Amino acid sequence: MKDKTDIAVEIQAAVKRYGNFTALHRISLSIRDNEFFTLLGPSGCGKTTLLRLIAGFEDVSEGQIYLFGDEIDTLPPHKRSVNTVFQNYALFPHMSVLQNVAFGLEMQGKSLSKARKRAGEMLELVQLSQYANRKPAQMSGGQQQRVALARALAPQPKVLLLDEPLSALDLKLRKAMQLELKHIQRETGITFIFVTHDQEEALTMSDRIAVMSNGALQQLGAPRDIYEQPHNMFVADFIGDTNLLEVTVEAISDGDAKCRIDDSHALICPAVETVVVGARLHLSIRPERMILTEEANANQSFKGTVVENIFIGTDITTIVKLETGSQITVRTSNSDRGSKRIIDVGHDAFVNMEVGAARLLAD
Amino acid sequence: MASGNGTTGGSSTTDVYNKARHWLLMPSWAILGTFVLAPVCVMLIYSFLTKEFRGGVIWDFSLAAYDQFFFDRGLFGDGDPTLQWTYITIFWRSIWQAGLATVLALLIGFPTAYYIATRPENTRALWVFLITIPYWVNLLIRTVSMKFLLRDEGPLNDLLMSTGLVDDPLRIINTNLAVQLGLFYSYLPFMVLPIYASVERYNFTMSEAAADLYASKWNTLRRIVLPAVKPGVVAGCILVFVPSLGAFLAPDLLGGAKNFMIGSLIEEQFKGNAGNWPFGAAASMILLTLVMSVLLIIARPQRSAGAKI
Ligand SMILES: Nc1ncnc2c1ncn2[C@@H]1O[C@H](COP(=O)(O)OP(=O)(O)OP(=O)(O)O)[C@@H](O)[C@H]1O
Ligand SMILES: [Mg+2]
Repeated sequence: MKDKTDIAVEIQAAVKRYGNFTALHRISLSIRDNEFFTLLGPSGCGKTTLLRLIAGFEDVSEGQIYLFGDEIDTLPPHKRSVNTVFQNYALFPHMSVLQNVAFGLEMQGKSLSKARKRAGEMLELVQLSQYANRKPAQMSGGQQQRVALARALAPQPKVLLLDEPLSALDLKLRKAMQLELKHIQRETGITFIFVTHDQEEALTMSDRIAVMSNGALQQLGAPRDIYEQPHNMFVADFIGDTNLLEVTVEAISDGDAKCRIDDSHALICPAVETVVVGARLHLSIRPERMILTEEANANQSFKGTVVENIFIGTDITTIVKLETGSQITVRTSNSDRGSKRIIDVGHDAFVNMEVGAARLLAD
Repeated sequence: MASGNGTTGGSSTTDVYNKARHWLLMPSWAILGTFVLAPVCVMLIYSFLTKEFRGGVIWDFSLAAYDQFFFDRGLFGDGDPTLQWTYITIFWRSIWQAGLATVLALLIGFPTAYYIATRPENTRALWVFLITIPYWVNLLIRTVSMKFLLRDEGPLNDLLMSTGLVDDPLRIINTNLAVQLGLFYSYLPFMVLPIYASVERYNFTMSEAAADLYASKWNTLRRIVLPAVKPGVVAGCILVFVPSLGAFLAPDLLGGAKNFMIGSLIEEQFKGNAGNWPFGAAASMILLTLVMSVLLIIARPQRSAGAKI
């Protein structure tokens, strides 16, 4: 591989089939060393399958997987220097917490006393030292989760795989664990490959995100890029809230496409690679990148009627029914209320887009 | 008020439940009392009575049965008591035969059970069915068939000689080996089925977790799978060991007179007119004590482990 120290995991055209069913379609990915990398996608899209291919619990049907430059796709799981935090934790019920954490070290051939000592340090890291002699069944879900984390980290794997480790926790604990995981990742410098179907979690925690759907990679990038520049309908829709407007591409010049929305409205936005004149595509516009006014202030404002105002703490979401019949969601931050008045339900309103807010999608 | 009602309602339901449980358990207690406890008591009492010569007992208290078991007092019963090795030897042979049958059944039964439990779910019932098919035939008939198979002129020896593996027929019948084969064959499913049940309940993600933590196949089996399925293994061992210890069909039919086991010894005391009931009862009580001690030893760590989980 190009640089042995830079790429932690390289997946080349990996295909996974179960009988006639293809769970993964030629996935290619490079995960950098030290990265907090997230696999994000809806249920059944193949996240766990990809993780299991890396861990070695399943064999690839086609393609290769490299760990720091060494091909590992033919090695059994116990010969791969990666560890997994399982979704249901899979702690060994007959062993104490300390024995659970020490298990991997023992299997690596460390002496019992060394293994115990390091396991103790790991328990300190996840703040569970006082529970060392308990059995997993005597721990709460959140504590078990941290035991599973300590157990997987103890042998100092080159890459840590985490399969929806936080999904069983309540919201508050989950937020706390998100920060803790992020912290531990930075502290240990181990590459994390994190699986989740929660886009907010992915955006908060990741250095980079791979969005998957139906066994295929949809988009790969930093959280901000993925949020602001979704490539296609799936990504735009799955990540955050968005408004989708159907448009016709009228002209393309200098990488910009002129998109006609209706007779009186057209927008210029960056063209995507595959776009051709005359294509019917979609624009994605995030709700927080539009402003509501009582009067039309530019030629690009859309006239409509306020249907509903929804108060959601930090924001107010307003649903506007446009003259064309489609509905648009606009989000106004509560702190901006001084300058932007709330328009009451039933009143006319104009929706104005910020410059560059609209994003043309590939399909 | 509402919550007060709720609480009383809750506790009275528990009361009703407890009462119902009490009554519903009565038939079980009655059956256990009539068919387990009462016969054991009869045996215990008979073992301390005096023998009647054509079978049966005379109601006179006597330690003669136990004395006969442990001590040799010469031909006329008036010599100095020396330790009687005849019966102790039979007991010892029974114990190691039953123990060996248990170990063999475990060695064959565990992989079998593991294999069945890891087949696709819809085919497992079929496998279990296949395992049990031979056992639809009466044990006596199967043991007689085994005798036929193992005979000097039987199919096994015919096969071995026709393939040229041996020149003279192997002497299997009327040896300890034949008894062992009979015991092992008779009780193998009692090993397979409980182990199968516990392996089926085993969460195989544990094995993945172990492999993920660098455990080889062998270490995964030893450190993770076996502790998890131990209840099934212990149950299987008990279910093979206990009936093997008291078995009389296999030793009688396959072992001949030299390879007597306790089961046959006891059986003989109650058969026809030649028997000695108090002696049979005493041997049974000694066997029972022995089995109970073994079970207590095996079951004790089991119980404390169960209590912890
Ligand atoms: N052993 C298997 N045999 C057949 N199909 C399988 C097997 N394992 C997974 N699949 C299929 O592969 C697809 C991807 O499954 P996978 O478990 O990777 O999804 P996921 O993205 O992890 O979903 P979730 O978020 O619900 O965990 C699913 O459609 C699933 O039905
Ligand atoms: Mg999954």
